[in-house]
Amino acid sequence: MKQAEIVIIGGGPAGLCAAVSAAKSGSKVLIIDKNKKLGGQLIKQTHMFFGSEKQYASKRGIDIPEILIDELYKYKENVEISTEATVVGMYEDGIITVLEKEDNYYKIEPKAVVVATGAYEKFLGFPNNDLPGIYGAGAVQTLMNVYGIKPGNRVLMVGAGNIGLIVSYQLMQAGVEVKAILDAAPKIGGYLVHASKIRRMGVPILTSHTVKEAIGNEFLEKAVICKVDEKFNPIEGTEITFDVDVMCISVGLTPLNELLAMRGCEMKYIPQLSGLVPVRNENYETTVENVFVAGDATGVEEASAAMVEGFLAGLCAAAKIGYKPDDFMERKNDYEEQLNNLRSGPAGKHILAGIEQIRRSYV
Amino acid sequence: MFEKTGIPSTEMIIKKFPPIDRINKGAVAVIECYKEIPCNPCETACKFDAIKVGEDINNIPEARFENCTGCAICLSKCPGLAIMIVDGSKSESTVEVKIPYEFLPLPKEGQIVKGLNREGNYITDVKVLKILNPKSFDRTPVITIEVDRKFLYEIRNIRVEG
Repeated sequence: MKQAEIVIIGGGPAGLCAAVSAAKSGSKVLIIDKNKKLGGQLIKQTHMFFGSEKQYASKRGIDIPEILIDELYKYKENVEISTEATVVGMYEDGIITVLEKEDNYYKIEPKAVVVATGAYEKFLGFPNNDLPGIYGAGAVQTLMNVYGIKPGNRVLMVGAGNIGLIVSYQLMQAGVEVKAILDAAPKIGGYLVHASKIRRMGVPILTSHTVKEAIGNEFLEKAVICKVDEKFNPIEGTEITFDVDVMCISVGLTPLNELLAMRGCEMKYIPQLSGLVPVRNENYETTVENVFVAGDATGVEEASAAMVEGFLAGLCAAAKIGYKPDDFMERKNDYEEQLNNLRSGPAGKHILAGIEQIRRSYV
Repeated sequence: MFEKTGIPSTEMIIKKFPPIDRINKGAVAVIECYKEIPCNPCETACKFDAIKVGEDINNIPEARFENCTGCAICLSKCPGLAIMIVDGSKSESTVEVKIPYEFLPLPKEGQIVKGLNREGNYITDVKVLKILNPKSFDRTPVITIEVDRKFLYEIRNIRVEG
């Protein structure tokens, strides 16, 4: 059995920051990621980030993994990386099982774990939603920005949150026509600067609209949408048909939490955090000792918050197993202040309300 | 309506603009950030103390037109591409406007392109005067266009054809 100090599950923004933070404190870390390249969703985010300087604001997402990996390299004697490896189980006795590549199955006994598994996309139910040409927004972004493949020629974007708005913009940058962006909510969910940026390219944003059905034989040929009333019921006679070969579904994410549930962490359904999340204390430690969480797995938020949560969880996990640096409190206060800053405005209101529910349930 | 469409109203736009006297004196930034989001790179980027966000990074940036030199650094750093530069000092009939433009092909200097408003509708032809695309702008090219003065509050984008 392989021994390890801190195992970090997921090498996205939260996991990489947790690794940097724990390695900097002096702990040995092992990052396990299922992809070939570290960076998680950052590797396709060609847009500039919001936030402040400490969260790499105004840098492009695609450039952030390199910054974090350079930072990790400073503590290289403390860092081990295993890519193309999937954690398949976390057991009650603390043992983690990993499937590396296709045939190397092994066990690890770590002193602490940081679960930074991220989130997965929600989908939308409507007739023929399984036609080829109907994608999740994440898949479209990966095809375009990672592999350089055009997903289609005429797109209908479903969802006007930040991802829907950003992916629409990037589709246009790739030379793909975006016919419209629709959202069932009465207001645009994403940042309005993103919405304005797409609107001035001539793309209409249709709030209070939903998909009625997809039409096509072998693949998507048409999409029919309609208006919804304030209770989200379709209004008859308001149908609009679009000739599109791609429909891109961007209706939100939900935390990827199976490993935490399997390990026995107390889970709670919190709508403001987008689903079932682990109950955790202010150090981002769950109800199972030495199991920490960070990033979207603990509630869906912007990547800037995920990075700071990673730094904080990595710091606290290292301290918990005996690597408490002299400047522990200073670093902890700094990360907490950054998180407060990111969440204190109207855009973070729902996150704070969600965290408040977690706080109440943690005894 | 803005929160349903992404199109700011004329009143909202004019409130963000400096007084016309200031525009006629020389280049100045217009920061079209209408809603609080946690973001402050514009303030960090400005070397002239012309943009104030403050302690709480959710505050809406406040432009200090008297300090602004119209250097356009903030324009390339704003993740929302919400800033443009206007300059009414060059001519009585036209204004020079700098906008971020992250699309290919880039226009050529001297080219006549379509000027678009905030809905993406064509309003007038505009002349491309300059393209700034240094490494420090990190792949957000800044295009200077010459626009008929009567479209000062309307112009916000261009379409490059062919």
